Amino acid sequence: MSAAHDDHHHGPAKGISRWLFTTNHKDIGSLYLWFSFAMFLLGGTFAMVIRAELFQPGLQLVEPNFFNQMTTMHGLIMVFGAVMPAFVGLANWMIPMMIGAPDMALPRMNNWSFWILPFAFAMLSSTLLMEGGAPNFGWTFYAPLSTTYAPASVTFFIFAVHIMGASSIMGSINIIATILNMRAPGMTLMKMPLFVWTWLITAYLLIAVMPVLAGVVTMMLFDIHFGTSFFNAAGGGDPVLFQHVFWFFGHPEVYIMILPAFGVVSAIIPTFARKRLFGYDSMVYATASIAFLSFIVWAHHMFTVGMPIAGELFFMYATMLIAVPTGVKVFNWVATMFRGSMTFETPMLFAIAFVVLFTMGGFTGLMLAITPADFQYHDTYFVVAHFHYVLVPGAVFSIMAATYYWLPKWTGYMYDERLGKLHFWLSFIGVNVLFFPQHFLGLAGMPRRIPDYALQFADFNWISSIGGFLFGASQLILLVVVIKCVKGGKKATAQVWEGAQGLEWTVESPAPYHTFTTPPDPKLIHAQ
Amino acid sequence: MLPKAKLWLALTVAAVSMFSTNLQAAWDLNMPQGVTQISRETYDLHMQILWWCVAIGVIVFGVMLWSIINHRKSKGAVSATFHESTKVEIVWTIIPFIILILMAIPATRVLTQAYDASESDLDIQVIGYQWRWEYRYLRQDSLEEEVSFFSSLSTSREQINNQLPKEESYLLEVDNPLVIPINKKVRFLVTSNDVIHAWWVPDFAVKKDAIPGFINEIWAIVEEPGVYRGQCAELCGIEHGFMPIVVHAVPQDEYDAWYAGRQEQAAAAQAMSNSEITRDAAMAEGEAVYNRTCVACHQAGGTGLAPAFPALAGSSVVNGDLTANIELLLNGVPGTAMAAYARQLNPVELASTLTYIRNSFGNRTGDLVQPADVNAILEAQ
Repeated sequence: MSAAHDDHHHGPAKGISRWLFTTNHKDIGSLYLWFSFAMFLLGGTFAMVIRAELFQPGLQLVEPNFFNQMTTMHGLIMVFGAVMPAFVGLANWMIPMMIGAPDMALPRMNNWSFWILPFAFAMLSSTLLMEGGAPNFGWTFYAPLSTTYAPASVTFFIFAVHIMGASSIMGSINIIATILNMRAPGMTLMKMPLFVWTWLITAYLLIAVMPVLAGVVTMMLFDIHFGTSFFNAAGGGDPVLFQHVFWFFGHPEVYIMILPAFGVVSAIIPTFARKRLFGYDSMVYATASIAFLSFIVWAHHMFTVGMPIAGELFFMYATMLIAVPTGVKVFNWVATMFRGSMTFETPMLFAIAFVVLFTMGGFTGLMLAITPADFQYHDTYFVVAHFHYVLVPGAVFSIMAATYYWLPKWTGYMYDERLGKLHFWLSFIGVNVLFFPQHFLGLAGMPRRIPDYALQFADFNWISSIGGFLFGASQLILLVVVIKCVKGGKKATAQVWEGAQGLEWTVESPAPYHTFTTPPDPKLIHAQ
Repeated sequence: MLPKAKLWLALTVAAVSMFSTNLQAAWDLNMPQGVTQISRETYDLHMQILWWCVAIGVIVFGVMLWSIINHRKSKGAVSATFHESTKVEIVWTIIPFIILILMAIPATRVLTQAYDASESDLDIQVIGYQWRWEYRYLRQDSLEEEVSFFSSLSTSREQINNQLPKEESYLLEVDNPLVIPINKKVRFLVTSNDVIHAWWVPDFAVKKDAIPGFINEIWAIVEEPGVYRGQCAELCGIEHGFMPIVVHAVPQDEYDAWYAGRQEQAAAAQAMSNSEITRDAAMAEGEAVYNRTCVACHQAGGTGLAPAFPALAGSSVVNGDLTANIELLLNGVPGTAMAAYARQLNPVELASTLTYIRNSFGNRTGDLVQPADVNAILEAQ
């Protein structure tokens, strides 16, 4: 390496090798984002099959076994293939630029943690073509349905989960190492943008719980192939143990999918309100509190397994507590908007919809925490409505908001605002028509994961399906907007948004292939 | 605009009436209040927390909406510079905390009541199977005839496959409903024979997982006679959506009469279990059992769903040695979805099913299996 090494002559390699061998955080970020969008469309297609079958009572399109494969694959692909990689993609793109670092701390591992993902999902998806079909036991894969009674393809599912876990752990180590070691001079922890903070905490959550997931699927593997009886009651095992281990992973997992969303929204709302984020410190503490609480609430997914009453009460109280730091966040966002000077470009629209609809998902979460009431809600469409409200207009809307917000920085062009707004409004209407009636279905007694239903559920189901088709079709608009924006359009300035604050807006648009090869001027680093 | 609006209205109405497959389809919006004290208290808790959420929502979204309307740049709003206030943060930490305590108190009270299954008047064991329920009335005296039976979906395949119109209690009807007396504390001991199921009757606010190797307790004192319907609530395989629960709650004297009748039936079935059956009767009974019990996995026409659910048509087992075939049906195949049917079906049903599968789907063994053949193997075990 010579001192004359000048980054202006150091662009990307040409052709496919640029993408296969890249160690550039921006390239890897793009790979993650495109991969996640592809998985979003695949998982969405499965959801369309589900909603089409549920359009009317009776079995019309698919067999119950295939229906179960669809619900399972939809959940797995959306959680592990769409939402998580999208946030890792955003982290790759934005964290180095937000903290003034030249790249991620471990660039080669970064390449590896992305490139094992397509193999994992190719393997998982290939189970659909196998004799006996894909996994059909739900994305929560409760034993013994997923062990003794599972299709042969479960082994491929287990291996795929192992690879996804390895990818997530490597990604998390990279993010932690980057944030803790590579901040520009002057970028103290309490000056970091909230997106960086939320990702730092998320990365710790991932490192803590991904091994637990790997452990539980390995125990399944041993039960299936090597004659152990971890989860087999007939061999002295315990089916409830599966659920405890799974949800010890599974509950932090839901925060893994929402904490970075909090970070995104905390970046966008101040920008378009042209006002500093209200209560930055309390946002950081609230995020940390939520992360801590996420480890001691897992059994609220299991209120009906017959825990002792002391356990039920503990998990009820702990779960209710989560409402406090989450409430603080929502209040802070509203206080940021209060007396701001707001404009409503597409990222802001998605961010506002996030706050409202995520909060509605939070409300139903609070209702689900009330154990006796949960006995009625548990495993019904009320739960389906709840977690789709926090995941779709929650996590997914925040990813879309982030895409619109940073797209000009990534491509150097402004996206088509008219199409963006059309995408927003169709998505907003579609998502509510899709999921709101599901609250009523659940309260009226419709269990989840059934391919056919009693006649009193018919009306809300077809409404929900119409909303589903609308929401599904609208996502193609996003694809059009992104492709148009990559190809050209109005040139974006470095600042892009009038009210935007932060180091990523100090570099030109599109962001050069290498940014902050020398640290930024500390004067550019402001308190958030 | 007006004619356009009318057109939309007409289209909407047309769409609604087109897709509302049945006039029964109700627009139920809320949780049922149910027919037990616990279910009503659960409903009250549900409404209480719902109204808290609505109130908080109105305030928070109200402030937000007001800001969106008034504090927009296009109206010349200039942003304020405040960005933190420890006082405000403390206030909006403490107020939700107090609301949560107000909610936790009644929730704890109701949960404590719901968990007190002691001093029951009647105990019924509820066992989940793929994909039916078994109800066993626990006897006071082991010399009594035991009342136990399986309860399976009675909706026809033709209705499910849209070949016949769907009737009112589509998918929520069974061949043998559970019968319990009203105003008595009935304790349900819930377990499973295979995978995890969940026994749920919304009107009793009772839902409990049926887990192999565990026995969970729940209870209900039903105050009004009636028919109460529920469904399995935990994904339990292919036919998860097709294992409903139907409970008839009746006055004590009616219950006693029903129970005595069941005991007589059990004694009669015992006596019948060694009788001879004709080929026609066996084929008819066998077909009925097949369509109720076997068809989900082995499929109409015995084609199966390879490889987890083998075809019966042309199967080497079904066309092979009869004794081996009987043993497989009685004991199941451990480690697979093939259950042991020795307890689930009576000897007449078992024999008829064997006769049916061994002489259908192109299988031509010509066997006529008698209950005595099945009993001989059952006794030998």
